[in-house]
Formats: sequence, C-alpha cells, structure tokens
Amino acid sequence: MLIKDSDRIFTNLYGRQDWHLPEAKSRGDWDKTKTYIAQGQQWIIQEVMTSGLRGRGGAGFPTGKKWSFMPKDDGVTPRYLIINADESEPGTCKDRDILRHEPHKLIEGALLSAFAIGSHTGYIYIRGEFYREAQHLETAIEEAYEAGLLGKNAAGSGWDFDLYVHRGAGAYICGEETALLESLEGRKGMPRLKPPFPAVVGLYGCPTIVNNVETIAVVPTILRRGGAWFASLGTPDNTGTKIFCIAGHVNTPCNVEEAMGIPLKELIETYGGGVRGGWDNLLAVIPGGASVPLIPTDICDNVLMDFTSLAQCKSGLGTGALIVMDKSTDIVKAIARLSKFYMHESCGQCTPCREGTGWMWRMLTRLSDGIGTVEDIDLLEQVTYEIEGHTICALGDAAAWPVQGLIRHFRPELERRLGVRRAG
Amino acid sequence: MPKLIIDNQEIEVEDGVTVLQAAELLGIEIPVFCYHPKLSIAGNCRMCLVEMDKSPKPIASCAMPVSEGMVIRTHTPMVKKARQGVLEFLLINHPLDCPICDQGGECDLQDITMAYGSDGSRFNLNKRAVPDKEFGPLIETAMNRCIQCTRCIRFATEIAGAPELGAFGRGEDMEIGTYIENAIRSELSGNMIDICPVGALTSKPYNFRGRSWELSRTLSVDVFDAVGSSIRIDSRGREVMRILPRRNDEINEGWISDKTRFAYDGLKYQRLDQPYARDNKGRLKPVSWDEAFALIVDRLQHIPGDHIAAISGDMVDLEAMVALKDLMTAIGSPHMDCRQDGVVVGDGPRCSYLFNTTIEGIEKADFCLLIGTNPRWEAPLINARIRKNYLATGLPVVRLGCDHDLGYPVDDLGNDPLILERILKGKHPVSAALKAAQFPMIILGQNAISRRDGPALLNVMYQIADKYGLIYDDWNGFNILHTAASRVGGLDLGFLPGPGGHGVKEISDAISRKHIEAVYLLGADELDMEALKNAFIIYQGHHGDRGATAADIVLPGAAYTEKSGTYVNVEGRVQRSLKAVSPPGEAKEDWKIIRALSEKLGFILPYNTLEEVRERLVDVNPLFEELDIVQRAPWTPFSSVGVVSSDPFESGIKNFYMTDPISRHSITMAKCTREILGGAPHVLHPREGGDPEII
Repeated sequence: MLIKDSDRIFTNLYGRQDWHLPEAKSRGDWDKTKTYIAQGQQWIIQEVMTSGLRGRGGAGFPTGKKWSFMPKDDGVTPRYLIINADESEPGTCKDRDILRHEPHKLIEGALLSAFAIGSHTGYIYIRGEFYREAQHLETAIEEAYEAGLLGKNAAGSGWDFDLYVHRGAGAYICGEETALLESLEGRKGMPRLKPPFPAVVGLYGCPTIVNNVETIAVVPTILRRGGAWFASLGTPDNTGTKIFCIAGHVNTPCNVEEAMGIPLKELIETYGGGVRGGWDNLLAVIPGGASVPLIPTDICDNVLMDFTSLAQCKSGLGTGALIVMDKSTDIVKAIARLSKFYMHESCGQCTPCREGTGWMWRMLTRLSDGIGTVEDIDLLEQVTYEIEGHTICALGDAAAWPVQGLIRHFRPELERRLGVRRAG
Repeated sequence: MPKLIIDNQEIEVEDGVTVLQAAELLGIEIPVFCYHPKLSIAGNCRMCLVEMDKSPKPIASCAMPVSEGMVIRTHTPMVKKARQGVLEFLLINHPLDCPICDQGGECDLQDITMAYGSDGSRFNLNKRAVPDKEFGPLIETAMNRCIQCTRCIRFATEIAGAPELGAFGRGEDMEIGTYIENAIRSELSGNMIDICPVGALTSKPYNFRGRSWELSRTLSVDVFDAVGSSIRIDSRGREVMRILPRRNDEINEGWISDKTRFAYDGLKYQRLDQPYARDNKGRLKPVSWDEAFALIVDRLQHIPGDHIAAISGDMVDLEAMVALKDLMTAIGSPHMDCRQDGVVVGDGPRCSYLFNTTIEGIEKADFCLLIGTNPRWEAPLINARIRKNYLATGLPVVRLGCDHDLGYPVDDLGNDPLILERILKGKHPVSAALKAAQFPMIILGQNAISRRDGPALLNVMYQIADKYGLIYDDWNGFNILHTAASRVGGLDLGFLPGPGGHGVKEISDAISRKHIEAVYLLGADELDMEALKNAFIIYQGHHGDRGATAADIVLPGAAYTEKSGTYVNVEGRVQRSLKAVSPPGEAKEDWKIIRALSEKLGFILPYNTLEEVRERLVDVNPLFEELDIVQRAPWTPFSSVGVVSSDPFESGIKNFYMTDPISRHSITMAKCTREILGGAPHVLHPREGGDPEII
C-alpha cells in the first residue's frame, strides 16, 4: 500500500519549489521550533525513540538509542553533533536531494537534534564532489543565521547552536563515522578502533553523535507530527518513511519517499516505471547501495523493502538505493566493478581489507573473463569470509558481501564462463 | 578490578588493561604484529583477533579493554581461521625472500606464520612491488616486505619526535615513507629497525653481514653516554656484529641511541693492538709489553712520586680506575682526576653530582628547567623520557641556554646565566612556577658546570633547589646531566685530586712549573694535549686517538665490549658490563695492565683476579656492591664560591655522532655526520636513477 501524499516528509524532494528560507517556511519548516525545544531534551529523545527511527545511513541503528548513549553532560566537555553528508555509496543520491532542495529541514533537524544531545556545535561533513549542494547548504545556513534561527539563542529557544559545513575531499571511507571524525580533525581518513564509540570519545575526544543527513532531516517532522505518527507508517521495527533511490535498468529512475516495508516489486513498478523490458527481464537487484549482496528475481518477487525482510534473505536495506539489473547485464563484470571500487576506496589501514579487496577484484576479473578453475570460485568465496568481520570498520564487510551474493546466486554463471573458455 | 575468563582461566586485572595484556599475564600467547607495549595501539594488523562471548565477530584483543564478566577464547576454530586468514593476506604481497632477508631468523612474520599459518599459498597472481625508500645512512629499506603495521610511524611520532614519517597512498597502494626523501633526523631512529616486525627496515651497516643464529649474545651496558642503557652485544668470533637494546623500563625502556647502536664499527678501526714507544725521532714504534714497561720504569724512577699525575677518561671501567688510583696512592701522588672536561662537581656530597630525580622519575615531574644542556644530544633517552612526560601530561619545559630542537616545545628564557640569580631572588616568572609545581626538576648540563664559573652556578642551583622546595620526602628535583659513562663512578670512587693535588685544570700550569713531569692518561682523549706536551705521557686506551698521538708510551687496553667492567650511570646505578669479544692483538684488560705495571714499579697491587679487584672496589665504597638499583643519595647541604658570569652557555656537544674515540673512528658515524648533520646532499643510489659511477 502506498503512502498518502500528506504523510510525505520531504515535500520538495524534486526541487519543484524554491529551497530558500521563505519557501521552506511556507512548507512548514522552522514552524514553532522553539516550542519543541521548550519541552526539553528528554521529550525529544523520547519522541524519536517512540518513532522507532532507525539510522538512514545504512546500518539502521535506532537513532534514539544512539542519542541515549551520550554520557551525562558535565557542563565542561563540549559535545558535538556531526551530520554525515559524505554520501558516496554507489547508486545512492538521497542525501543529495535533501541538501539541494530541502536544506532547511536538515538545518532545523540539526538544531533540534543538537539540543537533544546537549551540543552547541554541529558540523556537516559534506562530500567534496557535492559542490552545488555545499553552496546551497552554506546559503541556507547563512539565511538561518540572518533569521536568528542559528547562533546565539537559536530560533528564540534560548539554546546556542553553531553549525559549520566542512567539505571532504571525496573519499568513500570518510563516510564511516570514525574516519569522518579523523578527517574532520585534519588527519588521514582512517577508521578508529571501537570501543570507545564516538558517543563517548568522538571528535577531539569529546562525546559526539554522528548521524546521516536523512536521519536528522526527518527529526523536525517527527516532533511536529509525533513519534506515534511516524511509527504508524511502515512495518514494526521498520517504521516511517524513507527515500528510496531507484537506478539502473528501469524506465524512470528516480528518488522517491515511500513507507518502509513497501514491496520491492511495487516500488519498481510504481515509481521506477517497471524494469526495462518488463518484470520478466529482471536479472537481479542490489537493494541497498553497492554494499549489500544482490538478490535474484525469485526473491525480488516478494521481498519487502525494510531492514528485517532484506536481512532475512541475506541482503540488507543499506541506504535504500536499488540498483536494478536486467538480463542484458554482465553480472560478473558488474560485481567485479564494485570490487574494484572497494579496492580503490579501502583506506589501507587493516590487513584483511587492504590485501583482500585487491585479491578479490583480481580474481573476479579473471573469473569474468573465464580464466581460472572451479576451485578459484571456492577460493574467492573463502577469501570473502576471511575479510568479513575481521576488519576495523564495515568497509571490509561491504566489499565482501556483493561478492558473496554473486557466488550465492550466480555460481552457475561463473562456472559456465569457465566452461566456455575451456571449450572455446 | 574487573574479573574475566580467558580460555577457562579466571583472572582479575586492573581497569584499563586490554584483553591482550590480561592474556599475557596468564601466559597465554596471542600473536601480534602492530601491537607494541611502548607505542600507542593501532589495531590494524588484525592478528590478535580472539573470540569474545556475545560478540558475533572476533575482537582485536590488543585494543579491547577488559570488562567485568568477559569470556574470551583464544583457541577456537573461529580464532584459528581468523589468524590463518590474516597471515594469508599478509603473505600474498610479502616476498618470500627469507633466505636473503636480514630479518630471517628473528622475523615476527616468519615465526608467527610457522606457529599459526597454514601450510601453503593459494595466491597465484602477481605480488605487489613497492619502491624502496631512502632513510639515510642507518636504515636500509625493502618496502616490498612491509606489512603496513605502522609501528615505525608511531615510534617516530611518539617516541622519537620526528613526525616526518607517515603513510601515503590508500588501500593496497599505501606506502610508508617520508614523502620527500630524506634521512630521518632523530638520534633514536635505529630503534625502528628493532620494532619493524619484518625485514622492511633493517640495519644498513649490518646489511648482509651475518645471520642472527650465528651470533653469540652478551648482555651488557652502554658507555657512549652516562645513561648506561641496557644493551645486548651480538658477536661472531672476535668481531662485534651489532648492538641491540635490552628492555629495561627503569633506564632505556628498550630503546637505544643511534650512536650506541651503530658506532661499534669504530671498534675495528685505528685500534691499539700492541704497545708503542716514541723513538728518538719522535715516531711511535711498536714495542713488546716488557719493553714498554721497562721504558716506563726507566723514566718514572727519576721522577718523584708526587710529580706524576693521572687522568682517567670517559669510558673507563671502575676496575681500571681503582687500580690506577691505588697505584698513584702507592707512588705517593695526589694528582688524580676523572673529570677531563674540568667540571667542578665531585667535591661535595653525592647528591650534588647525581641525576637525583632518576630517569623513571622524570615521568612524574610537572615542571622542568634545563640549564646549559641539550639533552637530545647529551642523553637522547633522557630526552625521550622528558618528551614522554610532555606527551602524557604536557610537562612545561623551560630552558636557559642554547637553542636546540628537542622534539617538544620549550619555553626559552634566553642565554644569560645571570637569570639564575633573578630566579633565586624570586624576581623571575620561573620562580613562581618552581614554587607552584609539585614535582619540579632542574637539569644542569655537564658543559655548564665545566665553565670557569661552574662552582658559582652549582651554588646558585643548590640555593634554588633549597629555596623552592625541589627536595622533599622521596622527591629530588636536583639533577646534573653528565655525558661521560665513567664520571659518576669515578666520583663515587674518589678518583679526584687528594690533599695538595692538582686537578685537570691546574695540570698544564703545574707542568710548566715542573711540578708535574709525567702524566698517566687512562683512556683520556678529550684533553688539550698541547698543554701536556712537556710531560712524559703514558697513554693507556683502546684507540689511536688524541691521547695516543701525544703519548710517549702507548699501552693497548680493551674497549667496553672486550672486558667485564663496572660503571655507575647518571642516576647512581651501579651496573656491570660483560666481555663479548677478546681485545685485539696484544691488548689487555685495563686493570691487568695497571696491576702488571705496579709490579714493575715495585708497588705490587694486592689483587690478582677480577673478583679481588671488585672486593677492593667495595672496600673503597660499599655502594659498588649493590648492582642494578639506583643508590639514591641523601640530600645534604653543599656550597661553593664564586660569581656567576654573564657569558652565555655554549653547546657541550658539537657533533652527536662523534664524541669519543670509538665513534670518531666509526665509518657509520662519519656518514651520519655528513648526511644528517652536514646537510650534504644525498647521493642518488643507482637504484634511484643515480649515476652508478658515483657510488
């Protein structure tokens, strides 16, 4: 069942209206912001918990729970809110549209979230390639400052909050929260060891919350309409709406805000205009950005787009970006290309990822050319399991999963190629 | 105090301990590459993964702090698989050139692969090639072998204070290097060779000279500075092959300076391997021991006993010193001195010439005043401790003296010694800082107190220490930083002018007045030999350096690697070195030479064995009985007279790499002088596209 237009949060997702402050206000942004702050930190955190909002960056960690991990405010140590706008996941461009067309939702969300976690300083770490988006954001922040919505006594709430934009240099790994902190501190973007988690020891060693753009941008609406409203959308454990990106071999690629738990097929048919050449021409879908295992047609028929359902079929919701591939796709080559991406983006800090991503790419390239033996497929699979779970951050897992998905669902194709080569 | 269970054994450890350390306490071995107990935790090699209950993924034990009720397993299929996986990844791009790798035999990767790895390689693609880097005259690189553990980067940044080393590139293209190729400017750079778990960084001077299993190991003590670092001398046959540090948390923590490590090749050049005597044409001619002794006896019998002086050098063991002291006393001469640079300390109580805070104590200090000293060159390991404290607590360091880069921020007061008097009178900001500090310390350099106004400086220092409460309970913030390994021992022994005796400073005057006609130089090379030229000079030592050049008779002694000797370090710690190799040619252990000479002179010294000499040492000063512990000196008042002059302090050491007869003859140290200090352009190696003719 599709959601009603009135339940959509991002009403200017497509940029058909102006993104500047006055128009944003006319869409409801910055409306009575101070009254929500007046209700106190606990109330905001409670509403977010009630809403069941899960982080939209890919891992799906409950946002309210994350906020509650912040240590007690000692009044001395600064606390930071970091908004992760380093959206580099292949196939994903949901944050980009928010930054471009709904920057004030994000800025208002930043103020409310910062207040909830007791932070007076926020940073938006934006991907270096998002040049226009950074400009929009800077302008929007300037507008907010001029209107008294940021800075001292932000929005008349009595809470001081400063928001800064920091442009990254375009490294995928800097979207990993601790690598982002390293980069923000001026060092090489390399993930930190956890524990301690950023909520305890984060930016400059202070308590820090790192949230995705979409997570923060939905907070004002949750507070306006109530956590219960948000929780009423979607499925239990996977509440609310989410921006899905539909890309690849569909007739009308698009971003669309829909309820969590919408069937994948319905999403593609309704908004993506259907698979190129019809549903029967579908080969596979990567349902959550490049980092999750692909799912073949038979699973696509029935699976729901939420964290739980996709995890059950050994994939994941990730960022909610669908990469649709029809039967014209060279699936091995496609996954090999993703492998190359992970090899290129591996930070090189820890052994399994540094050495393993290159090895996987080389083996996959050989396999896609039909070079090698059947044992190489087993070796490749074993290598993915040697990387998965053994690394400092999740990039190792993200590199291993697509390959595992390929072998799980397309092993006959891999073997066929080896056979063709041998026969030829 | 959390309790946890590792491999079914329960252990209670302190808060903040990591799982790896807890396992170590239980004697459970967890293999590691990037973890090093003295460096920050990187957690990047992933070798130390262990299984933790309630965690779906294995955890990095080196980085995981223990918590109550943790259950850890280190020998499960999951751990075994993880370790094999990591080793496989490390080896896919690691060249299998162990047979020609200097690290072979003492390589962590080799050992751990044998213990935890799988039996063969499944990697059938091409290995990665990484260009080698140029790290200067001490460190050879083979970057293909690098496993990116970043120990060297962390060492350079954290311990050595040389942040030029880093990792550039990303993913499999990550490389360790200095980016702009340059010799690493640190006196501790050699330690990177030790901490490198593979053969990526190896010793350039030792390159392809030997295999680790051929070497005999002798645990000994360093004599290149007064710190007395614990070292291991690796020798093969009669040759010292290399010098390595030993871990000793009270002194050197497992690091040594580059001079200590690399100057050993000086032991092979310009050695005195037989006695020499100056002939009537003024040339030194080889003679036998008997002839040499006969010539000495012949000359000395015409010289009254109190016209003979003895000066002992900076690397002399106490055994030789006590023998010479006894001989001089027997002859009837009070003219003895172990302070060839003429420092003024030694006449007062023991606390007036020790590094009383102790090296470990530096870590406790909360204020440090340096006076006329450059600890980075005079005692690199003491400097490393100051830096360690700075990194841990932000120790404020204030300096009066020459400007040197010490590797941590220093607040410069200028270079006017008169400031000390203002500090004493409470008219200087430092006065307040000293008063406010709970554990203040002052370090006075050896060079400062060898000035003409040394006694006055010492006096002002004493008064400052007394006035600002630098000494209370078991804290003593009054420190003299010596640079000579045998200095404190010599002072403890009382190798000093007796009543009416002349010290080093008066000797040239006494010679010109014919009050002194013969001088016995025991390893003393840092003197103005011109001033001694009218005397009959006997030089006993191991190198044909300044002393031997000026001498009339040369007696070949043993260097520190060739004898078992006792030394007292700057803190007052009595330590013993061991003999690793035999002295070259006819050279003998020093105390034996003096004992033999005493017999010829008719004053037979009453000891025939090393044990008996050591008994005699204990007779002279019971301190020498207790080894390897700091023998702290009670704080007793002392004073000296004089007026502080306004002459600025000068640098004591002009060239860190060449301070003594051994390092002056070391080719490696000469290269360091040229390439690191001299700023000589680095000559491109043919491998780097340089002209093969140049090398």
